[in-house]
Amino acid sequence: MNKRTVFKSWWLPIAFALPQLLLIFFFFYWPATSVLTWAFSLEPAFGGVGERLFVGWDNFREVFADTEYWRSVSLSLFFAFSATALSMFIAFVLAICVDRQLKGSGLFRFFYIWPYAIAAPAVGLAFRFIFAPESGLIAVVNTWSPDLWNPAKFGSHAMILVIVCFAWKWIGYNFIFMTAGLQSIPRSLIEASAMDGSGPVRRALDLQIPLLAPTLFFLLVLNLTESFVGPDTYGIVDLTTEGGPNKSTDVMVYRIVSEAFRGLNYSGAAAQSLVLIALIMLFTFIQFRYVERRVHYK
Amino acid sequence: MAEINIRNVRKSYGRTQILHGVDLDFKSGEFVVILGPSGCGKSTLLRMIAGLEEISAGEISIDGTVVNDLEPRDRGCSMVFQNYALYPHMNVAANIGYALKVAGVPRAERDRRITETARIVGLEEMLDRKPAQLSGGQRQRVAMGRAIIREPKVFLFDEPLSNLDAKLRVQMRVEIRRLHKRLSATSVFVTHDQVEAMTLADKLIVMNKGHVEQVGTPLEIYHRPRTRFVGTFIGSPAMNFFDSTIAPGGNFVLLDGIQMAIDPALGRDNAGSTVSVGIRPEHCRLVKAGTANSVPATVDFVEELGSGRNVHVDIDGTIFAVGGDEAPFFETGATVGLQLPSEHIHLFSRDTGLRLDDAPALKHNTNQSTVAA
Repeated sequence: MNKRTVFKSWWLPIAFALPQLLLIFFFFYWPATSVLTWAFSLEPAFGGVGERLFVGWDNFREVFADTEYWRSVSLSLFFAFSATALSMFIAFVLAICVDRQLKGSGLFRFFYIWPYAIAAPAVGLAFRFIFAPESGLIAVVNTWSPDLWNPAKFGSHAMILVIVCFAWKWIGYNFIFMTAGLQSIPRSLIEASAMDGSGPVRRALDLQIPLLAPTLFFLLVLNLTESFVGPDTYGIVDLTTEGGPNKSTDVMVYRIVSEAFRGLNYSGAAAQSLVLIALIMLFTFIQFRYVERRVHYK
Repeated sequence: MAEINIRNVRKSYGRTQILHGVDLDFKSGEFVVILGPSGCGKSTLLRMIAGLEEISAGEISIDGTVVNDLEPRDRGCSMVFQNYALYPHMNVAANIGYALKVAGVPRAERDRRITETARIVGLEEMLDRKPAQLSGGQRQRVAMGRAIIREPKVFLFDEPLSNLDAKLRVQMRVEIRRLHKRLSATSVFVTHDQVEAMTLADKLIVMNKGHVEQVGTPLEIYHRPRTRFVGTFIGSPAMNFFDSTIAPGGNFVLLDGIQMAIDPALGRDNAGSTVSVGIRPEHCRLVKAGTANSVPATVDFVEELGSGRNVHVDIDGTIFAVGGDEAPFFETGATVGLQLPSEHIHLFSRDTGLRLDDAPALKHNTNQSTVAA
């Protein structure tokens, strides 16, 4: 039996939905259509309401012709894969340790989630101090040998810094899902494999990773997407390296924002945004098409 | 082939004691069944032998080696779990061969032994299937195959049949016994099912509340239960009990005012003391009301079993079960006579629950206050 309630008044439901509709309109549809028009037109030189010139695919051609843009794409990919790998690997090791109920695991389980609750810019700021080459906690390594660590000077160091920063924040999130997943593996399976002679590492590889595969896949998609386009990446890069030195951490999200709001090149930034969206769709499609097939769902 | 010695083994979680000092010796090649109600500590004991549970105090040795601090894999035991614990993402062959793979046995040798094992447990046709595609009995066989392929010194079974339906259980019981005959490794089998225990065991151990109540062959335990608990736990329907006082002459007890003869040798030493009198349903006799040496009873209800029947009779509020193949039929509500043959009467102390004519050397620890459920 299908019960239906019919509201006679037409304005009441709209009034209820209005806050949400306004939010969606102002923060999604409006920006999205703006980006679309900007991407295919040329912004008047001095902004304002001057005549807007439709230029077709010119903005995209310009973006694709720029070698710096392609460098940014490869930096983004490198950042996304490294940060995801680092974060998921460390989270998995921690989750396995907590699952084995090593001493103090109850307390650690509680602490591990905390970093996720901190806003990315705050994380960036904290890491900027910790990893400051001249005065941070890390400064001691430079007394062993000058410039052993200097993210302001070496692009590779700067990249390591943002990767570590992002991974640190996301370990807690990954840890929670992995711990929950590990705890859903029947204890007797682990015991059976112990009777069969496998040690903790062997058990992790042969049993826990395959049985955790659906969780790991979910986290993989989420981490890759988030590190590729997420606000955390922007916040961390902005507070630690500002894309430098010499644009060596100029990942796509950061490049778009700085090009739009510092370079005031709305058209170019809009075109890059659309490319980024296309890339992330392709990315996710590949993951679902090729990785998920190897996932064992119970 | 290995013998297992268990010396004063205790287990406690915090302040809760699960096992209160267990001493047991299993001979090489013996089929040992540990029987007890849930929460008696039988599974805990088995898991301590396997190395899955830490030993709080005492010593367990396998083949003369103390294994307290050895990892499970170094103890030479393999185990069949209650829920089979098959690896869901591996096929039958991989499940059976996993222990060999971990041990680094070369591929060809491994395949040969997997095929051999699959033949023993009757799974040759199923090697490519995943556990989810198998029936309960087949899963059970995979679990057995996984245990036997390692050629262990000791087999441990943790209630392996309790997830199977009744018919399959009987069949697997026979197969386990046959397998043991063939491999003759020491086997320890934990169960709460007395039929499994009686049929499988060379040596039967009855446990209750973290204590060993009795060790013996199934028949010894059936015919001479050492405690009131063992008497109740073994046998179906359970042993009938009533409290009575042994007559001053030591030759009878009273049931509802009627004299029931007992073994005078036994009664003489305990004349005048109050005891718990036990008799198995299959040893009680129902006769026509008014027959000599019978107690008048009312038939409460009758359970038909096909091969026989259980008649439950009421004597002044105490229910007696009378069973066996030859229990005669009576209408519910009929008045009958109940006879208790003296040679089948068991006497237990009312305070300690101990059998009165038991060898005094077997002192029983009555301190059973702190026990986990």
